[in-house]
Amino acid sequence: MTERPERDRPARRERPRGSRSLLGYSLGNWLLAAFLVPTAILMLMPFVWMLSTSLKSAGAVFEYPPSFIPNPFRWDNYTRLFEVLPFARFFLNSVIVAGSVTILAVATSAMAAYAFARLRFPGRDTLFIGYLATLMIPAQVVIIPNFILLRNLGWIDTYQALILPAAFSAFGTFLLRQNFLTIPGELEDAAVVDGASHWQIFTRVILPLSGPALSALAIFTFLFNWNSFLYPLVVTNSTAMSTLTVGLNTLQGQYNTAWTLLMAGSVLALVPVLTVFLFAQRYFIKGITLTGIGGR
Amino acid sequence: MAVSTNGDTGQPTPRRRTNRLRHRTTLAAYGFLLPNLVGFLVFTFLPVLAALLISFTNWDLLRPPEWVGIANYERLVSDSTFHRVLRNTTVYVLGTVPIQMALALLVAMALNQRIPGRTFFRAAYFMPVVASTVAVALVWRWIFHADFGLLNSALYMIGVSDPPNWLSSTRWALPAIIIMSIWQQVGFSMVLFLAGLQGVPQHLYEAAKIDGASQWDRFVHITIPMLSSTTFFVLVISVINSFQVFDQAFIMTEGGPANATNTIVFNIYRYAFQFFQMGYAASMAWVLFAIIFVVTVVQFRYQRQWVHYD
Repeated sequence: MTERPERDRPARRERPRGSRSLLGYSLGNWLLAAFLVPTAILMLMPFVWMLSTSLKSAGAVFEYPPSFIPNPFRWDNYTRLFEVLPFARFFLNSVIVAGSVTILAVATSAMAAYAFARLRFPGRDTLFIGYLATLMIPAQVVIIPNFILLRNLGWIDTYQALILPAAFSAFGTFLLRQNFLTIPGELEDAAVVDGASHWQIFTRVILPLSGPALSALAIFTFLFNWNSFLYPLVVTNSTAMSTLTVGLNTLQGQYNTAWTLLMAGSVLALVPVLTVFLFAQRYFIKGITLTGIGGR
Repeated sequence: MAVSTNGDTGQPTPRRRTNRLRHRTTLAAYGFLLPNLVGFLVFTFLPVLAALLISFTNWDLLRPPEWVGIANYERLVSDSTFHRVLRNTTVYVLGTVPIQMALALLVAMALNQRIPGRTFFRAAYFMPVVASTVAVALVWRWIFHADFGLLNSALYMIGVSDPPNWLSSTRWALPAIIIMSIWQQVGFSMVLFLAGLQGVPQHLYEAAKIDGASQWDRFVHITIPMLSSTTFFVLVISVINSFQVFDQAFIMTEGGPANATNTIVFNIYRYAFQFFQMGYAASMAWVLFAIIFVVTVVQFRYQRQWVHYD
């Protein structure tokens, strides 16, 4: 982190002065640890409990006092999961839906944002206000007419129903437009002098300079759609078209108290996202502070 | 993609240069806009207008819609379930947002120090934010299990002989969902607070220290005011998101027991997709929008009194 040197200064200056120290750490640091360690354990506990339950035998789940270490380890809970419901298919559906939505949303938002930020044309401001006005309207308002539209098109329970309505993001357009506005115009002028077309300016000047905003939008679009529940619940009705979240709900409907199975399914839904997060933590955090999205 | 290059190629011979340029730019602009604009019109803009019209009808999707004027909105006024739903959602927002934000600020201030393992702690608090609400709601349902849940087992161990039934109790189900939601959202606000804290100039603290200000004084007179624009942003976003709570209520309790955890969005879902009363559900969705809109406008109006931008 680039800001570290700044924060180091006060701490370093204090250390020689601070007479209260234990093992080289000040009293303040021990107090901090006394607050942070237990709360961090509480934050991680549900994940650990989920993983632990997913590996227990059905009977061991009800033991008192509860144990975090499964004995014996029942790895076959996971194979059973794939036998009772097509979890591989759910997984594939989630990858297809979240992946396609992300590619489409980022590509079309970036193009629209280029027009809004960099080109003058009649109707621009009116259109942009139209985009802005819809940002405040909750998704639940449009889900009813969209459901009716998809039903009339005969698209219920198809990939296009899962993908298309989510793929044209007013928010993404707004976010990228704000970002493109910060790119200095001189770079573009130079490209125009060289005879570049708008498409060339967009792909060779604007996009390469917008990496952080584009990756933040991509990360959160993917994450949002991977975790999305209400929408896929409404527009699908077969097991074959379920995404992971809807599949988990089906699992809960069929095996309401089969905790080992339910937890194995949850672990499966979380592993890809949490793995990516642990490796790319910096980008997630930067993305949130850049865009303010990702919350629920 | 081919559409977007149309503006730059194959123009007929122009009469005037500026006109041609302007024309070309307009064509190019609409070329760039087209894919997003079509999708936006079809799946967002027109549905918003349609939702407004639908809310003035009775429509079960079997027969054609029947225009009923404001009857759906009148029905909401006297619908005791809807009142219950409004109250539950308000309690949820008031229970979740302040606690979540206070905890997030505390954690952010702790993590803003130079301590070993910062990245680890930050990841631990942030993990629930990226996790699927459906998946974590399942584990919380298990944690809150009245007889074998982790929470009540822990409560037995510390000597609580009669712990709550949590999700099956009309009194404790909503608090349980609030606890789970605080856990899930704290990391999001923490990250924003952390970014805000890093923007507070260190020299302010040092000057205050020289003047003999205590740690508490420095917190109240430097940290709180310097963070106020971040706090405002976190507050607005958290309130908007919290009013739309659905996944937890659906997975953990299905709105029960006896509507104890029924929320606005869960009620919209039930009326639209279980009872197929599209018009009535649409009117609820507009009430949700109105609530979010008014609460947000009020927050913006009163921000002058406590938010400092400098």
